[in-house]
Amino acid sequence: MAVAVIGIGAEMRGDDGLGPAAVTLLNERLSPGHDIDVVTLDGEPTRLIEEWRERELVVVIDAVRKGGAGGEIHRVEMDDMVGVDQATAASSHHGGLAEAVALGKILERLPRRLVVFGVEPVEMTTGAGLSPEVRRALPRLVDAVLAEVHR
Amino acid sequence: MTHRASGSRALSTGALARVEGEGAMRVEIVDGEVAQVQLNIYEPPRFFEGFLRGRGYAEPADITARICGICPVAYQMSACTAIEDALGATVDGPLRDLRTLLYCGEWIESHTLHIHFLHAPDFLGFDGGVEMAAVHRPIVERGLEVKKIGNLILETIGGRAIHPVNVKVGGFFRVPARRELEPLRNELVRALELAIEIVDWVSGFDFPDQEMDYEFVSTAHPTEYPIMGDRVVSDRGLDIPVADFLNHVEEYQVEHSTALHAHLLERGEYLVGPLARYSHFAERLSPSAADAARRAGLGPTCHNPFRSIIVRAVEVVHAFETAIAVIDGWEQPDHAAVEVVPRAGIGHGVTEAPRGLLYHRYEIDDAGLIADAVIVPPTSQNQATIEHDLWHFVESHLHLDDEELRQQAEVTIRNHDPCISCATHFLDLTVVRE
Repeated sequence: MAVAVIGIGAEMRGDDGLGPAAVTLLNERLSPGHDIDVVTLDGEPTRLIEEWRERELVVVIDAVRKGGAGGEIHRVEMDDMVGVDQATAASSHHGGLAEAVALGKILERLPRRLVVFGVEPVEMTTGAGLSPEVRRALPRLVDAVLAEVHR
Repeated sequence: MTHRASGSRALSTGALARVEGEGAMRVEIVDGEVAQVQLNIYEPPRFFEGFLRGRGYAEPADITARICGICPVAYQMSACTAIEDALGATVDGPLRDLRTLLYCGEWIESHTLHIHFLHAPDFLGFDGGVEMAAVHRPIVERGLEVKKIGNLILETIGGRAIHPVNVKVGGFFRVPARRELEPLRNELVRALELAIEIVDWVSGFDFPDQEMDYEFVSTAHPTEYPIMGDRVVSDRGLDIPVADFLNHVEEYQVEHSTALHAHLLERGEYLVGPLARYSHFAERLSPSAADAARRAGLGPTCHNPFRSIIVRAVEVVHAFETAIAVIDGWEQPDHAAVEVVPRAGIGHGVTEAPRGLLYHRYEIDDAGLIADAVIVPPTSQNQATIEHDLWHFVESHLHLDDEELRQQAEVTIRNHDPCISCATHFLDLTVVRE
């Protein structure tokens, strides 16, 4: 399908689970018969570029640490991703998103449009659930994702 | 970043890039000699052992698969095997073959990822896979093509590529019909040549001459190259049933690490992983894998950790041909799983994760609940050996400046593909000279 929403992260790792949690909530909110692929990935760059290549629009949801308050939502377009310091991606998986964008650019496997919704995590502890701050941000996040894909 | 103070210098880096997960390495050099090498890896399996207690016998296969994004199948297979052992169930014939096929998918994906994005850049002088792709695009694309086949196996057999959902105690939720496997077979046959080319490519790298005195430990099967075995063997005489594993392997706490280390009682440190499997059972490799190994100049055993990249590439070829053989012999069974009846018992399971032997032990009570769980992952077994490798390397390369030493030390660690991942973030490396 032309449009995909990718939630990156792993459950049971604190706020790293926000991607999968957003995907669950999004699936509940999408109307029946929609034509959007909604998937969860672990952030491994080669899986990301396989998933998003040749698509018109891909919206990625990930934990991103930019120094804001817990639960703060950052919207970043692809062109602003290239060159982003990998250390700012709090995703649990080596280079994660920034590396995937860099690799996708070299291999010409980027979607036509890529929008990242990064949520500022509070903690990423093994065994923990989502922090209250991130949990509270989820409905707003999903609203923003829906607005993006229906634009 | 390097800080200099009178008489001493300390060097630290933000990340040991390209190792999955989180950990730290500290090297201390005093008066020109290595005084200390400490590897500290954070290990989620410890958390999961506690988390599993009190849960149903059917749950560990799903829960432990979340420990690692790269090797969920290994966790599922070791968990299922152990629980089936406890409950007296035997999974063999086509159901076992299908598990082997699924496992081949994981070997292909994990090894191909490590080869192209973690290890080859070390030999070719790139910071990582992205930088390598910019210069060697066709090589990276070939790697991705091969890795994708592993992904396809996981999707076809496991139900999805990330955290497969089709695996259960006793077998599977659903088994494919022959015709469902045909497209997969075609892809495997098509990409086998690419996998063989990768062996030829990595065998041309320039390898440091470093033969290590490892005791190799792997699982063993009566006839197969080990993926799922029923015994544990070493090249120095260890040959035990899986149930005796914890009678011979002792996990112990070290002060500098949150992870347990492991050693063989009265014998010391050992190494699990591709070098061990190959050195034990090279003669059981599939025909093209054996040919490729010969062309690559691998002998009957391999004690050079840098050459593990060749062994991984050879194992990818073996996984391709093993997968094709399973599909060629596939006859869809009437039942997707054998019947499993909960009862009290203790069970053990070992299988070969891409990075080495993964042991699970479960004690199940008469209500079918987990009373106790023990998980011994490959990376914790290899930690002492990795420290030893690092010690050896630093000792013989003290003439390098800090930056070069750190870079090479990272390579020494990456040789063993430590799946620290099972966690988050990356490894910090600190070198202190006094």
